[in-house]
Amino acid sequence: MSFIPGQPVTAVVQRIEIQKLRQDSNLILGFSIGGGIDQDPGQNPFSEDKTDKGIYVTRISPGGPADVAGLKIGDKIMQVNGWDMTMVTHDKARKKLTKKNEDVVRLLVTRKSLEDAVKKSKNPSYPRP
Amino acid sequence: MTNYLLPFLPLLSRLSHMAFKIDSFRSKVDLLRLPLTLSSKSISSHKSQLGAVWEKGGGSGKGVVLKLRPPPAFDMDNESTYSSYSFKSSHSRSSRKHRERRDRHRSKSHDCAIRGDKSVIIQAPGEPLLDAESTIADDRDDNWGETTTVVTGTSVDSVSNEDLTRISKDLEDSSPLDCRRYISPVLGAILGLFSLITPLAFLGLPQLLWRDTLDPCGTPCEGLYISMAFKLLILFISTWALFLRPPRATLPRFYVFRCLLLALVFLFVASYWLFYGVRVLEPRETDYRGIVGYAASLVDALLFIQYLALVLLEVRHLQPAFCLKVVRTTDGVSRFYNVGYLSIQRAAVWVLDQYYSDFPVYNPALLNLPKSILTKRMSAFKVYNLEEENSTNNSTGQSRAMIAAAARRRDNSHNEYYYEEAEVERRVRKRKARLVVAVEEAFTHIKRHQDEETTASSPKHPREVMDPREAAQAIFAPMARAMQKYLRATRQQSYHTMESIINHLQFCVTHNMTPKAFLERYLTPGPTLQYLDNNRGRQWTLVSEEPVTASLRQGQVFCLKRLDFALVITVTPLPFLRLGEEFIDPKSHKFVMKLQSETSV
Repeated sequence: MSFIPGQPVTAVVQRIEIQKLRQDSNLILGFSIGGGIDQDPGQNPFSEDKTDKGIYVTRISPGGPADVAGLKIGDKIMQVNGWDMTMVTHDKARKKLTKKNEDVVRLLVTRKSLEDAVKKSKNPSYPRP
Repeated sequence: MTNYLLPFLPLLSRLSHMAFKIDSFRSKVDLLRLPLTLSSKSISSHKSQLGAVWEKGGGSGKGVVLKLRPPPAFDMDNESTYSSYSFKSSHSRSSRKHRERRDRHRSKSHDCAIRGDKSVIIQAPGEPLLDAESTIADDRDDNWGETTTVVTGTSVDSVSNEDLTRISKDLEDSSPLDCRRYISPVLGAILGLFSLITPLAFLGLPQLLWRDTLDPCGTPCEGLYISMAFKLLILFISTWALFLRPPRATLPRFYVFRCLLLALVFLFVASYWLFYGVRVLEPRETDYRGIVGYAASLVDALLFIQYLALVLLEVRHLQPAFCLKVVRTTDGVSRFYNVGYLSIQRAAVWVLDQYYSDFPVYNPALLNLPKSILTKRMSAFKVYNLEEENSTNNSTGQSRAMIAAAARRRDNSHNEYYYEEAEVERRVRKRKARLVVAVEEAFTHIKRHQDEETTASSPKHPREVMDPREAAQAIFAPMARAMQKYLRATRQQSYHTMESIINHLQFCVTHNMTPKAFLERYLTPGPTLQYLDNNRGRQWTLVSEEPVTASLRQGQVFCLKRLDFALVITVTPLPFLRLGEEFIDPKSHKFVMKLQSETSV
């Protein structure tokens, strides 16, 4: 998930669609985010590259909409409903996720296991059916 | 008024061995109509003299007979009146003590409790014949014998018939006789002087009477002489500084602390004299050193009494303990003041001091809603009575019907009020703008004449040199009209005569003031003090449910009334402050970046 400055970022992403749940006049998604370009990236426990200032999922409420949709803890969120999340402040990321007039958020998330899975599948030693 | 005249006819017939004009007669009657104050210190003599009419306890044979003795158990709610708040510049409350001293002497014989006496005063209805500022107003309080009940010993002195006639003659005089006001300071001075010369008398009498048999007394005595001399000097100076000031106010009742102190001084000096007389004068004591020591101890004790007086009279009330809210009843102007532990009457004096310099002047013309707004709703309905005359029922039924109808009607008067207000505001601002421009222009017409310029001015146009008065008159003309219109618009025209405006203009020109400084007096309504002339006292009535020598407590309310308005004063205690401490080490001011915040969405 590291990137080379000046080069476009490439990552293997998974599409996750989360339906927001209405809970006493709030629409909640059921997870917590951390990170952002105004935060200290060295404190991120989930990132491989400690200079990565992206938005990471730090906690998932069990049984919540994010859990149901398949979001995993430690995921890095690349896009929310088409909005880029790799170079945003923490507050902006929060706002993009908690828009009141949207019922559904469609995330593009990436995680290390995805990369590994793709690498494995590209490996010629992997038996292909 | 005629019903008031009749009871006073015998009274006046007794008094008048001089021919009275009808005017003076009438004014005298008005005087007598007015409610009695318990105190009687007014600057005019009238009050002081006529007040004696109501002397309690038998009255002098020379006084007027027409008075009622109150039944002693007539303690009801009282109102004490506080009169003739005079305007001498120095402040003293101490000469009240002199008055109290005199009253105390009398009260000893009359046996009236200081606190227990309450008087019932029935206020006459508002007096339209006298304006608020007349001197006669100051007199009115003492003289209403018919319905006043109890009169405490504080207020009244006996007066002779000659005094009464002298008073009545003085009614037309404008210069007030104020001897009564100064009786108390004089008595106080006498007592003070007496106590000051007592030590000297103690020292001197043995020397005079039995000089030969006295033991010689060398150095110790001389040391004591020196110390006594200096202490007496200090006593004298501090007495002069603190207590010998002309009184600024007269209070309706005893000033308790002062009475206490005077009693103390008197007792003290008397007991010293007693001891001296018995132990020194009688047996012709020869130990002169002892006598000198005795006199020195008297001086010491007097110094301590003076210290006590200072603390009680001047210092105790300095630390704030109560907050007084003063509201003027007519236009709602209010102020808050912090005072210390005072009695009601002293607090009233203090509040009035602040009133004259803090409150804007009371302008009765500014109060009312324009008539056009208020009367509209009144005349909306006419009720015709078509039935038989049924006396009492009709009027109430009629009015009730009218009220009900008026209540149901849609009320638009607030609209009119709003627009009327806006209109008045606009008009005032327009006139103010015109006034400011006119004054600025007028001030450019003159300038100060420098002496160096005499040679430089051209001989063809000799400039006329004017003194300030002429300069003021010269530039008054162009601004007169604008000024008058502005004063009319703000309803101030009764406070500023043309003469006063020219005087003020002269004053400003003399002191190099700018037009804005000149206008400051007219653009904002100043404090009441600015509009008063100082040579008359002010008559205020203190209305209180409790005896006015009681000290301030939470929740007390008392009023200070004048003819056309009143000040309502509410007392609240200042809150108790619990002050805590928190120590912050200056090195502990450290900051970190807000990092890795986690937000749940």
